[in-house]
Amino acid sequence: MKGTKLFIECLRNEKVDTVFGYPGGMLIPLFDELVKAKDINFILPRHEQAGCHMADAYARVTGKPGVVFSTSGPGATNLVTGIANAHMDSIPLVAFTGQVKTHLIGNDAFQEVDVTGITRSISKHNYLVKNPEELPHIIREAFHLATTGRPGPVVIDLPVNITTADIKTPVQKSIDLPGYKPSLNGNPKQIAKACEMINEAERPVLYVGGGVIASGCHELLLKVAEKANVPVTTTLMGMGAFPDTHKLSLNMLGMHGTVFANYSVTHCDVLIAVGARFDDRITGKIEAFAPDAKIIHIDIDPTSVSKNIPVDVPIVGDAAKILKQMLPILKKNPRKAWFDQINQWKKDYPLKYDKDKLRPQAVIETLWELTKRRKTIITTEVGQHQMWTALFYKFTKPRTFCSSGGLGTMGFGLPAAIGAQIGKPDHLVVDISGDGSFQMNIQELITLRNKKLPVKILILNNNYLGMVRQWQELFYERNYAFTDLSDNPDFVAVAEAYGIKAMRLDKPENTEKVLKEMIAYKGPVLVDVVVEREENVFPMVPAGEAINQMIGGLA
Amino acid sequence: MRHVISALVRNKPGVLARVAGLFSARGFNIESLAVGETEDPDVSRMTVVVPGDDAILEQVRKQLSKLVDTIRVQDFRDTPCVVRDLMLVKVKTTSAKRTEVCTIAEVFGANILDMAEKAVILELTGDQDKLARFVKMLNPFGIVEMMRTGRVAMARTE
Repeated sequence: MKGTKLFIECLRNEKVDTVFGYPGGMLIPLFDELVKAKDINFILPRHEQAGCHMADAYARVTGKPGVVFSTSGPGATNLVTGIANAHMDSIPLVAFTGQVKTHLIGNDAFQEVDVTGITRSISKHNYLVKNPEELPHIIREAFHLATTGRPGPVVIDLPVNITTADIKTPVQKSIDLPGYKPSLNGNPKQIAKACEMINEAERPVLYVGGGVIASGCHELLLKVAEKANVPVTTTLMGMGAFPDTHKLSLNMLGMHGTVFANYSVTHCDVLIAVGARFDDRITGKIEAFAPDAKIIHIDIDPTSVSKNIPVDVPIVGDAAKILKQMLPILKKNPRKAWFDQINQWKKDYPLKYDKDKLRPQAVIETLWELTKRRKTIITTEVGQHQMWTALFYKFTKPRTFCSSGGLGTMGFGLPAAIGAQIGKPDHLVVDISGDGSFQMNIQELITLRNKKLPVKILILNNNYLGMVRQWQELFYERNYAFTDLSDNPDFVAVAEAYGIKAMRLDKPENTEKVLKEMIAYKGPVLVDVVVEREENVFPMVPAGEAINQMIGGLA
Repeated sequence: MRHVISALVRNKPGVLARVAGLFSARGFNIESLAVGETEDPDVSRMTVVVPGDDAILEQVRKQLSKLVDTIRVQDFRDTPCVVRDLMLVKVKTTSAKRTEVCTIAEVFGANILDMAEKAVILELTGDQDKLARFVKMLNPFGIVEMMRTGRVAMARTE
C-alpha cells in the first residue's frame, strides 16, 4: 500500500479523529492524502507552536492523545516549545515532523534539522523512520508510549520518501517494547504501610497533582479524602482533581499557595503525595518543607520518587489502582484538633483583595459566579493572571483547567482554548489572558474566526509583564526593566480587524454586565479588561524561602 | 564514591546518544563508558562508571531504566563481580632501559605489542588497582601515550 494511504489507516487504527497541522514541502504528499480523509478533522493554525498547544489542550480536555504535524526544519523547530510544554506537564501527544529524503539526511539539506537530536530531552521518546516497513510499527508504538505509564509527547520524524514508498507491512495492532513496562499496581506491603500511617496520623495532608487527572481517579480521591478525613491541597496541574468548594479543600499550595495550605503542609505529620512531583515552586526551601512529616509518595514514575525530597513510603504505580486498594483499609478519624487549627488559619488568612477599583481578582470571581452552573473550561497564559485564576476561580471537575504548569509557556492560553473548544464543543471555553502572553500567539485569532469557535478571551490588561514587574517591585527596588508594555496595541481594534467581536471593560461596576454579555454571545468574543496596573499576586513565597515564610495575605 | 552500572539496551540507532544525553542534561558525570554487543545481536551492553553519592546513583539508575530502549539496569555495588579495563600504553625506551621495561611488563602479565628503537607498546588488562600500579611503575621511563577502553563488569556465579 502506498505509504500515505497506510499512514491514514494507522491514524484510524489509533482512533484519531482530529489533527492539528501546518503544511510545508516535506508534508505535501501526506497532506494530499489527509485532505481526502473526511473522518479526520484537520485544524490549521497560523504557527506550528500554536498547533502543538492546540493538540496539547485537546488532549488535556478529552484525555485522548493530541496529534500535530509540522514540516521539516523551521516547522519542526517551531514545534519545540509545544513539545517541551507537553513533556513538562505529562500530556499525551504524538508529533509528526516532515523530514528531507533519507539519502539527504546529514547533508545540511534545505529545511533540514536533526529533529530527534533536538527533541531527545523534551520528549518521552522519539523516532526517525529510516525504513518504510517500520512505519506501522513505529506509529503503533508512539501512541502506546504517549498514552500509557506517565503520559508524554512522542515525536516521529518522517522523511518524505518514507511516506511516498510502497509499504508491505500492514497496520499493527500489537507492540514489542521489551524495555517499557510501567509498574501499575503498587506494592501491597507499601500500600498497607501507608494506610497504617494515615490511620494513625494526627495531622495528615493530601497533596495532589496532575497525576490524579491523568489517572482518572478524582472520584476515588474524593472517597479516600472523605473516608480518611484528610484535607487536600492541589498543585496547579492538579486543579480540578479535588473540588475547590469542598470543605476538605485547602486550595493550591506553594509559591502562590494559600496561607492555610502552606501552613497545613508545614505542620503536617503525614504528607500523602499523589501524582505530584515536589516541584521547586511547590516545596520552596527543601529543608523546611513538611519538616515533621513522614512522606508517602504515590507516583507512576519511579524517577519522581525521592528526586527532590527523600520519601519514607514510596508506592510506584497508577494512582487509580493504588487508591482503590487503600480505600477499604483507611479508617475514619475525627482529628478535631487538626481541623480546628486549619479552620482557624482559614478564618485568619483568607484569600483577599481590595474591592475599590477594577481588580483582576474580582473579575475572575465574577466569572466564577456567572459560570459555576454550566460546563466551563478555563485556559490561561502564564503570569499573574494565571495565579489569580488558580486562586480565585473554583475548579470542581478534572479536565476543566488548561494551563502551562511545568514549562510556564507564555502564549499557551489562546491556542489551548481553541484546542479545548474543538475537543469539548458543548463547553463554554474562556481564555483568561494577560496582555503580554496574549501577543505571543495573537495570530490564532484568525483560526478562531475561521472555525467559528465560540471561545471567550478575557485579557486582564495591566500593560505590564505583571509577574516580572511584581518581582521587580518587591526584590529589585521597583526597577521595571523592560516590563512596561504601555505601547500595547488596542486589543479591541485588533480583534475587530480579525473579524471578532470585542469589548472593553474599564469600570468595576460594569464587570457583571460585560461578562454576562460575553458569555451569552454565540461566537468568539474578546474582552479587554483595563485592570489596576500594579496589583500583586499574594500570598507569595520569595524564591528559595520556606513555604510558611509568605509575604502578603498575612495582615 | 564510584559506581559501576551496567545497562542492557536495544541495539538501535541513537541509543548511545540517549544515554549520553541523559547524563549531560541532568548534570551527571561519566567517568568511563564502554559499549559493545552481547550474546544477543539485538541487545548491547553499556557499562557506565559514575562518580557520586547514593542519591545521585539512585537517580541515574532510575533515569536509565526509564529510557524506552533500556531493557535492564544492574548496579554492581552490592554484587560480587569481576571488573576489567584494557589499557594500551606507549613507553619511551632506550636500549639501556628496555630490559627493565620488559621485566615490569612480564611481572604484570602485560603483552608487548610493538617494539621500536625509541618506544614499546604494552597491553594490559586488569582491575583499576592493577592498572594504576602498572602506570606508576612505567611513569619514570616516560609515558608517551596511554588509552583505556573503560571498565566492563560481569557478576560472578553464586
